Amino acid sequence: MADASLSLPAPRRVGLLARWETTPFHLFCAATVAIFLIAFLIVPVATVVFVAFWDGQGFTLVHFADFFRTSIMMEATWNSIYVALMAVVVATVIAVPLAYFTVRFKFKGAALIQTLGVIPLVMPPFVGAVAMQLVYGRNGSINLLLMDWFGFRIPFMEGLNGVIFVQGLHYFPFILLNLSAALANIDSAMEESAQNLGASGWTLFSRIVFPLAMPGYIAGAALVFAKVFDDLATPLLLNVNNMLAPQAYLRITSVGLADPMGYVISTILVLLSVLAVWLSLLSLKNRDFATQQRGGGGLSKRELRPWEKIGAYVFIAVALLLALSPHIGILLLSLGTIWSFSVLPDAFTFKHYLTVFRDAGGMMGNTVLYCGLAALIDVVLGTMIAYLVLRTKLPGRQIIDQIAMAAVAVPGLVLGIGILRVYFDVKMPFSGESVATFWVMLAIAYAVRRLPYALRSCTAALQQLHRSLEEAAECLGADKSAVMRKIVVPLMAGGILAGFVTSFATAAVELSATLLLVTRDASAPLSYGIYVYMQSPAGRGPGAALGVIAVVVVAVATWAAYRVAERDRAKRTREGAAA
Amino acid sequence: MIRLAALSFAAIFAFTGLAGAQALEERVSIVTSFSRDVTTPFVEAFQRRHPGTRVEIQNRSTTAGVSFIRETRSNPPDMFWASAPDAFEVLKKNQLLQKYTPRAEGIAPRVGPSPTHDPEGFYFGFAASGYGIMYNTRYLRANNLPAPKEWDDLKKPVYFGHIGISAPSRSGTTHLTIETILQGEGWDKGWATLLEIGGNLVSVSDRSFGVPDAVNSGQYGLGIVIDFFGLSAKASGFPVEFVYPSVTTIVPANIGIVAGARNQRAAQAFVEFLLSEEGQLLLLDPKIQRLPVRPATYARAPQGYPNPFTDPSLGRRVTFDGDKSEARYELVNSLYDRLITFRLKELNEAWKAIHAAEASLARRDNAEGRRLVAEARRLASALPLTEAEAGDPAIAGAFQERRPDRPVAARQAEFEERWDAFARRNYAEAKSLAERAARAR
Repeated sequence: MADASLSLPAPRRVGLLARWETTPFHLFCAATVAIFLIAFLIVPVATVVFVAFWDGQGFTLVHFADFFRTSIMMEATWNSIYVALMAVVVATVIAVPLAYFTVRFKFKGAALIQTLGVIPLVMPPFVGAVAMQLVYGRNGSINLLLMDWFGFRIPFMEGLNGVIFVQGLHYFPFILLNLSAALANIDSAMEESAQNLGASGWTLFSRIVFPLAMPGYIAGAALVFAKVFDDLATPLLLNVNNMLAPQAYLRITSVGLADPMGYVISTILVLLSVLAVWLSLLSLKNRDFATQQRGGGGLSKRELRPWEKIGAYVFIAVALLLALSPHIGILLLSLGTIWSFSVLPDAFTFKHYLTVFRDAGGMMGNTVLYCGLAALIDVVLGTMIAYLVLRTKLPGRQIIDQIAMAAVAVPGLVLGIGILRVYFDVKMPFSGESVATFWVMLAIAYAVRRLPYALRSCTAALQQLHRSLEEAAECLGADKSAVMRKIVVPLMAGGILAGFVTSFATAAVELSATLLLVTRDASAPLSYGIYVYMQSPAGRGPGAALGVIAVVVVAVATWAAYRVAERDRAKRTREGAAA
Repeated sequence: MIRLAALSFAAIFAFTGLAGAQALEERVSIVTSFSRDVTTPFVEAFQRRHPGTRVEIQNRSTTAGVSFIRETRSNPPDMFWASAPDAFEVLKKNQLLQKYTPRAEGIAPRVGPSPTHDPEGFYFGFAASGYGIMYNTRYLRANNLPAPKEWDDLKKPVYFGHIGISAPSRSGTTHLTIETILQGEGWDKGWATLLEIGGNLVSVSDRSFGVPDAVNSGQYGLGIVIDFFGLSAKASGFPVEFVYPSVTTIVPANIGIVAGARNQRAAQAFVEFLLSEEGQLLLLDPKIQRLPVRPATYARAPQGYPNPFTDPSLGRRVTFDGDKSEARYELVNSLYDRLITFRLKELNEAWKAIHAAEASLARRDNAEGRRLVAEARRLASALPLTEAEAGDPAIAGAFQERRPDRPVAARQAEFEERWDAFARRNYAEAKSLAERAARAR
């Protein structure tokens, strides 16, 4: 490849910047990202986590040695790794066919499937737990029916296999979203060439299509792994203690206890998650996935034969029914009166929704505002980081990527305490309100915790984008920021959108940092409302109703985002065709 | 007589004088772990009584609440309002609460085994709660299980796989129940009971709501919970019942004024309101269902409402030694987690084998079998340390925060690893002995 920069008249690049293939615009991006990460991730977390390295007088590693000497910790480590790997397998089995069907074939309602595919990510705190138990628990609807009809139970929710089952159902959207975006980016010329050479069916898929979409799949799979590895909600719900995340949680959240082991476990979680993502990136190294796509791109869509159609619809119906059954459970819970040891609630009522609408109107708006802002911050930062890592040789760019990724394993409570500790005494100009409890801080906390999702999606999207497109633009006189705005970002749109949606959806139900940073009902998001209701047995119905509202809000936002993206893509394809 | 009249006159004068001299502040902010069902009636009634003052409720879990108050010293919320006495102890030790002497009269000085208010005046009990067994009646009927009455009932083989509890390290009230059993039955016998019940447990929840949630929805049949979880679920229409065993403890739920509170007078007025006749009466609300600390209020309670001041079975059997409890607080939590929470599967298997062996012995009795079962029972309820060791600062200190005034103990992680190995070895051996006993003839 000819060095396009040679033909560039401006800007003048000398010395280090040239060697790093970096421009002042890149430096600006790097500085923005670094300041954000230092201010809102590193400093707050460090003020809390230093206990792991502290023995009362000075620096120590003795707590880490203790970790490796403790058999329950080693057992927990292996269990966590095993569960995370198996959850990736389960998620793959569900997500790959769904993604392929919707992108590859002419399907009615592909957007609907994509939207429904996001919903499993939105598991409202507590309500989700209760609903899962009511559907899959050992005396949940399914097992009660099985007992009645066949006299046996299936232990869906027991032990490590239960965790794998629930996590696989919960997090397959990570793969679905990223893989769909990657598949949609494949140049159909590749496929046509393969077909000309006689490839079709499984060969075409396994040799050409899937390998080209690999960055998207790997991004999704790495996220599933990291998320399952660090996830707390599911082991807690299933009362599985011998995994790392619940071990850390048990120690960190004990009232008033400064047990260093909790922070040791958190640190190890961070390191192992980063390692997993690094390994996944390594597997993509030295391979080129970029195609010089023509504007719209994407696989050619074909009609399914009738029997194929039936097969595909049956698969989709079963997969979505499985994945959405907790949400059906939440819906029933929100409409039911008493639901106890029975297949369905005793009776149905709308009164929970009336209760909720009386006092939760503002929460809906707050959730959209905070999570929208957080997701926006995430995709902006994610795009910047991806660009720095893949397109420049700026020293330390990998470290920025890894630090941003580490946020996946930082417990919300730790981040919340850290933010309070650092920012509580900083006052807002004019109002004099503390910066830590100002609502924007909540959006920032969400942005920090969900940044890894957007980052992986953006990285995958950029990996598929051929450098020559940018170089062509630069030859035509565009400067770096114009290239970014007019070429890179539009062509990455699919991946950016996937990142936005995952960040938004998962932020909508984040609770642990929320509980620390919300100080007024008027500025509280839906997840706080759900928490408040779910503390009493009488609040189960209204809590579930709020949960349903949270799911609907996310679904509508996701659907709207797809509509915008589709219209955008259609416009670009038309322009491409006209050109 | 005259002196008494003068005193009470002085008290009334002081009270009205103070209230008259300075109006309450416009707002008072309260961090609480209580649900809206509990807080709203109090807030509304208080605002009716003091129209100029607005109460702002911030709902946080107990842990988040304690962290929030610790991190916001410079401009803290005014009050902390929650159940767990240990959370208030933590705040008090960190000098995050301020002293106050409530003026309300007619409050019992003690409720259950402990004083109603913190003896040093940093937090105040406004309601009492007891621990007991909550069960789902539909579940019991479907599984043909008898209703339990005592802790010992939960040891019976019929309840194998039907009972849930929350870990004492996660729930201050579960901790108190454990400690009550340990003090009521003695260290060794108490742990034996806990381990035998542990053999029947289906889960040890990390969330304190996890247990009532699971019993309400029938995931398992019986849960060891604090009374208001059971009573308020029943009042909300769930098919559940709640019983107090005779060895139980009554603990006060508390409120305290945060050190450096901006709205002190309003905060004090809120404390007084909770303790007033009107405030105490609100506790009888079916959605709240806590036990008033003003004995006179029980006269207006519905038939059958538990009354710790007249009912001898409620919290009277055990005299609770607070110092003993505090010295080994963290150690007991950790020991419970090592022996039961984290090794539940192994413990279940050991006791299942013991139950099976005992059932087969009942069919054909023999000395060898009995000897093996007795040995298995001994192993499945053995302890890695004695009561004296548990109270020894050199050991218990390893589980506490490092402080200059405490001797440097060995590391927590070392003890925990030893106990874990102890538990695994004993449970595996108990299981194999019991299996041999079942085959013995």
